[in-house]
Amino acid sequence: MPCWRNYVGGPTMFVNGVTLQNRGLPDSHRLSVYAGTGGYGALRKVLLDPMAPDQIISEIKKSALRGRGGAGFPTGLKWSFMPKGVTGTKYLLCNADEGEPGTCKDRDIMRYEPHRLIEGMIIGAYAMGASAGYIFIRGEFVEPIHIVEGALEEAYAKGYLGQNILGTDFSFDLYVYRGAGAYICGEETALMEALEGKKGQPRFKPPFPASYGLYGRPTTINNVETFASVPDIITKGGDWFLNLGKPNNGGTKIFSVTGHVQKPGNYEVPMGLPFKDLLAMAGGLRPGRQLKAVIPGGTSTAMVAGAAMMDVTMDYDSISKAGSALGAGSVIIIDNSVCIVKTVERIARFYMHESCGQCTPCREGMGWLWRVMHRLENGQGREEDLQLLLDVGSRIEGRTICALADGGVAPVVSSIRLFREEYEYHIQHKRCLISMGVA
Amino acid sequence: MLSEKSLAEIARERAKYPADQARSALLAALRIAQEEQGYLSDAVMEYVADLLGIPAIQVYEVATFYSMYDLQPVGRHKLCVCGSVSCFLNGSDAILQHLSERLGVGLGETTADGLFTLQEVECLGACKDAPMLQVGDHYYGNLTPESLDALLAELRGGADDVR
Repeated sequence: MPCWRNYVGGPTMFVNGVTLQNRGLPDSHRLSVYAGTGGYGALRKVLLDPMAPDQIISEIKKSALRGRGGAGFPTGLKWSFMPKGVTGTKYLLCNADEGEPGTCKDRDIMRYEPHRLIEGMIIGAYAMGASAGYIFIRGEFVEPIHIVEGALEEAYAKGYLGQNILGTDFSFDLYVYRGAGAYICGEETALMEALEGKKGQPRFKPPFPASYGLYGRPTTINNVETFASVPDIITKGGDWFLNLGKPNNGGTKIFSVTGHVQKPGNYEVPMGLPFKDLLAMAGGLRPGRQLKAVIPGGTSTAMVAGAAMMDVTMDYDSISKAGSALGAGSVIIIDNSVCIVKTVERIARFYMHESCGQCTPCREGMGWLWRVMHRLENGQGREEDLQLLLDVGSRIEGRTICALADGGVAPVVSSIRLFREEYEYHIQHKRCLISMGVA
Repeated sequence: MLSEKSLAEIARERAKYPADQARSALLAALRIAQEEQGYLSDAVMEYVADLLGIPAIQVYEVATFYSMYDLQPVGRHKLCVCGSVSCFLNGSDAILQHLSERLGVGLGETTADGLFTLQEVECLGACKDAPMLQVGDHYYGNLTPESLDALLAELRGGADDVR
């Protein structure tokens, strides 16, 4: 199914060819359909050919696959951190707590390609010597939960999971764990706390999960899309995957393009695709609208001005050079019909709501940011408020255990830098520049 | 306090974790209890604590931390409208207002007939379908006033998505 397609206004390219390659097939979530397209061939190759665990890890390293959950950490390197020769259980976890506003890709992988995720996890477990694993799915994802549970049953029935997989001495048990509603559980150590039946509050690091993870045992955790990329890397080789993208930015990436576009959706494209081509794939802007700003990696990443974004390519390095981050590939398109102050006020509310309350700068600071944004939006802003927001932001950043607070500061600070005149208009005129039709 | 069916389900969850990690089944046990009883009363939380052999305080702190647990009775159908950025950009405020007018309730309130509770929630991870809402186990996307009215009629007609 890898599709070479020509989109209007864009080049012919490899689209939806890796983690979503079966999405268009009927019943793509069924094992029979997945197996019919070569599914579980990578698992057979590593177990029966066989490939040594070190060979698998070096293939993943060669592919330049980086964590697709947002941090972009090299996957092969992460896998190599798992200690060898320890006695007792090692765990492999999948982060399917997808909650970053603008992100909706893991849900589709689980709905359409659950076996690709499962196969990727089994290969990872074999490479790292893990004997048990959990797929942590956010509790609201009831439909994906049922689909993944059904896929696990099928995989057990076929002998791909459980004791002595494919007749080898490798055994691996895999379960679904349902979250209960908390964005912070997407943070890897908060996720482990939740899995242990506690409040999802991040742990101080070090120790890192590879030495002290779930139940204090060596643990590796990866995102859904990361695991789902593994089977094809094993089948087709690390070089194949790397060459789909560009150096240091290997492979394809799903971009969830949402907001003010005509065809919002998940587009899996080669890393390094020009942003303007991605925008064209998503149907472009609505008639008569202009691109005002883009949040390229989910709301925890800095806003980029629309004009600047038109020169960016969709990969870690280029977006970072533009002052933001690729994050989870959640591209939020904002056109000139909306007020930036109101938009950022809404984003700030999210972080206030989702702060876990553990670190004071975050627990208090996210509320401060929202309250000041709220009064600005409601015509009660004061002259000193912009400096106040920047000061509060600078006193939060880098002073908390996890990255949630930094993510809450980024949209506020970046939007003041880009759209200061809109903020000032709110303060001086006690009303919005946009709804008054001035812009 | 809980049915045999719920207890069996909790036992299945318990079996996913090592013998000395009963607490790992807590989030699931609370979900199952809530599905049966409609909300988490102090009594059922204490019952779950005994069932898993953990202190009640550990149950309270989890029940109050996660957003999917209801500590008060709610309507038969909880309408959870996403108000995060992608839905906001696509008119989620108008969706909320439409529901509020149709149902005659404000945010967090339940209709007099006990059928609907209206809530605004943060990102549900279906941003490409914005604006969207969750009712029970199901997501409904690309909402319009017309599709909301159809959904309300369907739920009023006895469609049972929740419990």
